[in-house]
Amino acid sequence: MASSLNIANIDAGYGAVRVLHDVSLSVGAGETVALLGTNGNGKSTLMKSIMGIVRPSGGSISAVIDGATHELIGLSTEEIVDLGIAFVPEGRRLFPKQTVTENLLLGAFRPAARPAIRRNLDFCFETFPVLKERARQLAGSMSGGEQQMLALARALMSAPRILLVDEPSVGLAPLLVRRTIDKIKELKDGYNLTVLMAEQNFTQAIRIADRGYVIVHGQIAFAGESAEALNNNELIREFYLGT
Amino acid sequence: MDVSLDLLMNAMISGLLLGGFYAAVSIGLLGMAVYQVYYVAFERRDDQSLRGLSFFFGLLFIAEVGLILVFGVDYRSVNARYIGPSLQLVLFDLPWRLLVPFLVSMAMAIGLQIFLSRSFLGRAIQAVAQDQLALQLMAANPTRIKRIAFGLSIATAALAGACLIIIQPVEPSIGREYIGRVFAICVLGGLGSFPGMMIAAMTLGIVESLTSTFFGPSWAPAVAFGVLLVTLAVRPSGILGR
Amino acid sequence: MRGTPFILILIAIAAVIFGLARWLDNSYAFFVGYVVVQYIVLGTAWNILGGYTGYVNFGITAFFAIGAYSSVVLHKLVPAMPLPAMIVVGGVMAGIVGIGTGYLTLRLRGVFFSIATLALAVVVQTLITNWDFVGGARGAYVLRPRVAPLIGGGYIDYLFLIMLGLCVAALATARAIERSALGFGFAAIRDDEAAAEASGVPTLRLKLIATGLSGGFMGMAGAPLPFYVTYLDPASGFSLNYAVNAIAMPLIGGTSSWLGPVVGAVLVGGLQEYLRVTISSAVNVLVAGVLMVVFVIIAPQGIVGLFKRKR
Ligand SMILES: Nc1ncnc2c1ncn2[C@@H]1O[C@H](COP(=O)(O)OP(=O)(O)OP(=O)(O)O)[C@@H](O)[C@H]1O
Ligand SMILES: [Mg+2]
Repeated sequence: MASSLNIANIDAGYGAVRVLHDVSLSVGAGETVALLGTNGNGKSTLMKSIMGIVRPSGGSISAVIDGATHELIGLSTEEIVDLGIAFVPEGRRLFPKQTVTENLLLGAFRPAARPAIRRNLDFCFETFPVLKERARQLAGSMSGGEQQMLALARALMSAPRILLVDEPSVGLAPLLVRRTIDKIKELKDGYNLTVLMAEQNFTQAIRIADRGYVIVHGQIAFAGESAEALNNNELIREFYLGT
Repeated sequence: MDVSLDLLMNAMISGLLLGGFYAAVSIGLLGMAVYQVYYVAFERRDDQSLRGLSFFFGLLFIAEVGLILVFGVDYRSVNARYIGPSLQLVLFDLPWRLLVPFLVSMAMAIGLQIFLSRSFLGRAIQAVAQDQLALQLMAANPTRIKRIAFGLSIATAALAGACLIIIQPVEPSIGREYIGRVFAICVLGGLGSFPGMMIAAMTLGIVESLTSTFFGPSWAPAVAFGVLLVTLAVRPSGILGR
Repeated sequence: MRGTPFILILIAIAAVIFGLARWLDNSYAFFVGYVVVQYIVLGTAWNILGGYTGYVNFGITAFFAIGAYSSVVLHKLVPAMPLPAMIVVGGVMAGIVGIGTGYLTLRLRGVFFSIATLALAVVVQTLITNWDFVGGARGAYVLRPRVAPLIGGGYIDYLFLIMLGLCVAALATARAIERSALGFGFAAIRDDEAAAEASGVPTLRLKLIATGLSGGFMGMAGAPLPFYVTYLDPASGFSLNYAVNAIAMPLIGGTSSWLGPVVGAVLVGGLQEYLRVTISSAVNVLVAGVLMVVFVIIAPQGIVGLFKRKR
């Protein structure tokens, strides 16, 4: 069934500092939407607002999960995750002193995810063979690329309907960026997810995104209805393509 | 000093049994370590760690004085049919007084370890000290997890206390001696490591038992601190620290 | 010296208090006064480490008893030794142990440091209990001279005067720390030790200074104890009462300034004495513990903090 995300006119920030100004954005059922913007423009703040980590001071965020609509503002982070929205945060936030397997099993803490735990674990090991090889290694001792894979897999273990990923490419070598982005697509197709992905790496993000938004100084500066439209946008040219 | 094989053997055995009992007490500290994180995060702005700690210290004191008011300062003991007789084996005797708490403690410690490593709640308890936000992203409420962990640790400690009175008479301030022991065991074993804790508990039990056999029981409380100092100096992460 | 007027005022106040007690000429007043002033010193000593740097010491009795027992030893070895000299020795001994503890527990933060200090108290108690020279578990008697040297009158007058002097020294030290670079360094450690270290604060040295000073003053507060009680055994010298009072009083009074421990010790000490006389000694012991728990929950800044906020 359909799961989508709708953000309307939110304002958010930290203490007295306003970061997001009247941001509206939507992710339709089964879509992959890219949130594009260079450093400090508010991508992570938007992601954190959706997840209840940052409390917006105005606007509304609602999610449709398998047909049921939920207002997210006011819910705690764990309640939002429990609805079926998984988040791979900036910095990955793995449990460094737990093994790969333990991290994955923690991902399935959500009661709704527990019945499917075996199947999801197999799928993760199949999609990310490196995790299977390193099942007993401590997460903190893995390489950056492996950690990113684990973070993605762990998010998947909660059997989400909507997946939010904050800058999956950060700190990875070009080849790995490509692989990671491909994996997100693979997960999305395998589980029929709705995906919102914050990225700076425009060229990579646009390969799998259906649409995208460009965020500048906490405002949506451009909403591209297709990869094509984004490619031809002036802002994009200015910031990313240097033309 | 007259060291007979017999005496050594008996000291070793009762040491092992004592160690099993310490093991149960120490696992309660895992819970404490987890709960401590709660305080650091909870009211950092107010340096809650200072006040949170003092709060617990106040509770310790109130409990101790409360026990003194109720039971007096004298040593108390209990009677049970199994206190007194020993299980006679070929080379040595196993006093039931030590064997029963040993078995109870072992069952409890192993049961707790299985719970911590196999259940969803247990895994969350192990993770909550590392990253609270990450745990929230796993749909778990860290405060609830910590509450459960803390309750569990208190319950474990209480059960260990119940075992203690089978082993020896107790008085209200005896708990303080165990703080040092438990701490030494956890540091020696490596915080958070179950096998490390087991080895450390057994080691301390044996060393203490040998100490009180050969130097007198009044020296036993100092052993734990010695162990702690040596560990901190030589290998601060403990035998099996992660 | 900027602190000189403050010290002069303290001395003046101490002199007035002592004069008043002499005028009352009631030895009960001296006995009570001694206990309260002793707690001011202990509380201030604890606060130098606990309140300023944020390291919670539970092992107060270790340092306090080291001071007390070093007097017992000195009294046996050199009976003619004047009390102030014993206090200096007791302070130095406890200060050295304080620095040693600081060294050994450097890696321990938060609750681990606190547990380690509690363990230290158990160990020092074990050592003393097994040391026959100071009476072991049986305890030791110390003959209190009948008349005070120099000032005449009962010996308790002299003990009280000495304790007042110690109190002036402790308070002057605490206030001087608050107003110096040392105090800012301590506060930096309390607020965020890693950040302080990263920005070049010599955290190791500062912590050793704090543990040394704190332990030293505790030892000095303990040094006259054998003459006060005349019979000292490990159970009473290491009584948890001392530790709880020394922690409770600064927390109740307020840990942010030198005034807190004074306010806490006078109020709680006075209340305890009142309850001891009117109800029972068992209840008076509970008071500090209960008040401390109540205060850390409802008034985390202590009494001094309450007044500061009002203004
Ligand atoms: N915890 C915080 N407290 C105060 N300000 C913050 C906080 N986190 C972010 N900011 C500010 O909010 C603004 C937007 O930050 P945000 O992390 O959302 O940007 P971003 O688009 O994710 O950038 P990047 O690509 O570097 O991750 C920045 O100016 C940043 O300094
Ligand atoms: Mg970001």
